[in-house]
Amino acid sequence: MTIEDVQNEIIDEFAMFEDWEERYQYMIDLGKDLPIIDEKYKTEDNIIKGCQSKVWVHAIMEDDKVNFTADSDAIITKGIIAILIRVFSNQHPKAILEANTDFIDKIGLKEHLSPTRANGLVSMIKQLKMYAIAYQTQLN
Amino acid sequence: MLDVQKIRKDFPILQREVNGKPLIYFDNAATSQTPQQVIDAIVDYYSNYNANIHRGVHSLSQEATDAYEQARLKIQKHFNAKQSHEIIFTSGTTHSINLVANGFSSLLKKGDEIIVSALEHHSNIVPWQMLCERTGASLKVIPMNENGDLILSEYEALLNKNTKLVFVNHISNALGTINPIEYIIEKAHAIGAAVLVDGAQSCPHLKPDVQALDVDFYVCSAHKICGPTGVGMLYGKEEWLNKLPPYQGGGEMIAEVSFEKTTYAGLPHKFEAGTPNICGGIAFGAALDYMNAIGFENIAEYENELLEYGTAELQKIEGLKIYGTAKEKTSVISFNVGSIHPYDIGTILDKMGIAVRTGHHCAQPIMDFYKIPGTIRASFMFYNTKEEIDAFITALKKAIMMLS
Repeated sequence: MTIEDVQNEIIDEFAMFEDWEERYQYMIDLGKDLPIIDEKYKTEDNIIKGCQSKVWVHAIMEDDKVNFTADSDAIITKGIIAILIRVFSNQHPKAILEANTDFIDKIGLKEHLSPTRANGLVSMIKQLKMYAIAYQTQLN
Repeated sequence: MLDVQKIRKDFPILQREVNGKPLIYFDNAATSQTPQQVIDAIVDYYSNYNANIHRGVHSLSQEATDAYEQARLKIQKHFNAKQSHEIIFTSGTTHSINLVANGFSSLLKKGDEIIVSALEHHSNIVPWQMLCERTGASLKVIPMNENGDLILSEYEALLNKNTKLVFVNHISNALGTINPIEYIIEKAHAIGAAVLVDGAQSCPHLKPDVQALDVDFYVCSAHKICGPTGVGMLYGKEEWLNKLPPYQGGGEMIAEVSFEKTTYAGLPHKFEAGTPNICGGIAFGAALDYMNAIGFENIAEYENELLEYGTAELQKIEGLKIYGTAKEKTSVISFNVGSIHPYDIGTILDKMGIAVRTGHHCAQPIMDFYKIPGTIRASFMFYNTKEEIDAFITALKKAIMMLS
């Protein structure tokens, strides 16, 4: 699936929710289900700055595709990062770099996009794209 | 007694909705809301007499100057300062503290010691660290106990002939502890050290008398006392303010200027370089008028009721732990629920129209002490109600259910 396909899939899932409660409950559940990151990657270097909660992200590239794992000490933040990982994992670095993130607005999480927002969704996206830049450079 | 329903009508913002729910504003320790009387003072200034002060011969300038200096007198009276020129307008608490810290650069030498408390806000730690770096003085910390009280025997042990300055907040922003500043001042003075008290969190709840306290410096921000942001004050004893060099150079703070030498203006202008926040200063005065009309005794009595009620209701929630249980505290409750991250609870509460603070409250050393990433902090003002606390408890229970 392309990044856009995954985004559309997520938009469809969120369209079923009637109110904020269902949306947040879903994110909380996604957070709980996020595969556990290997403890050795939860280092100071892997912490994304600009979040009120701690967020760790680790990336590896296999067969020219980037895979992310992540964790956070806050569950809603974990839910948000779970959505991002679903969108950006198993994709070519170039596709990650070129992807837009309009879907966040469409699933009613626009409030998390403000740069001053404490969970730092913007910082997370930036960090994922930084990994993509690094891997893209390796491929060139 | 205080008529809270009447008071609430003075605050336009309390009528609004957030995320489709009536706003419940419990983030008062970060900033207080603004009553119509203060908003009117701001509108009146810009509508009728906006002009630069102290130098114009024209009528508008004189009206603005009069109103600004009138505000200084209101502040002097409120804090019972001996003289009006002991009140310096600043941009707020942080500016006031930096002004004093900068002034002490020229008074300190290597080997001197500065004492701060473990309950400090970052703004009351960093300027002193910078001052120590510049002067070679060293920083000592008064430790706190599990309840959030300062350990006074440790404080006394820290005092010695090298101690030049003691800095302590009157009330802790993270825990609400009221510190025994009378005692701290007395002990510091006994060895000849000066004391600066950060009143950012105390001024919304009580009326400090700087002469009775015999404090050397006292600072606060208007925006926590129903005033606007960007304005605050520094009270300093005349003898101390005269010892400190000017902080910033510019207009207003000079007496004579030539390229060979400039002589500085007297107090308070020596510390008020440039065009000040004129409207802010005037509105600061209006805010004090507003709060004094309600009366600080009434405010303290009512807020204490809210604190007791809120504490009792929160303690009924399983797994909830309150941080800061000092005997003397103001209407601030810092807490966590089980292992739920404070940020998660804050986010869900916001969806239900409730504004609380989450995080380390710019007091990381306190969070390190308790070994927690942060807390949820609910802080009440005299315009909050028990009904709001009830709605908050219901919302909190719902958040806990969603997150568990």
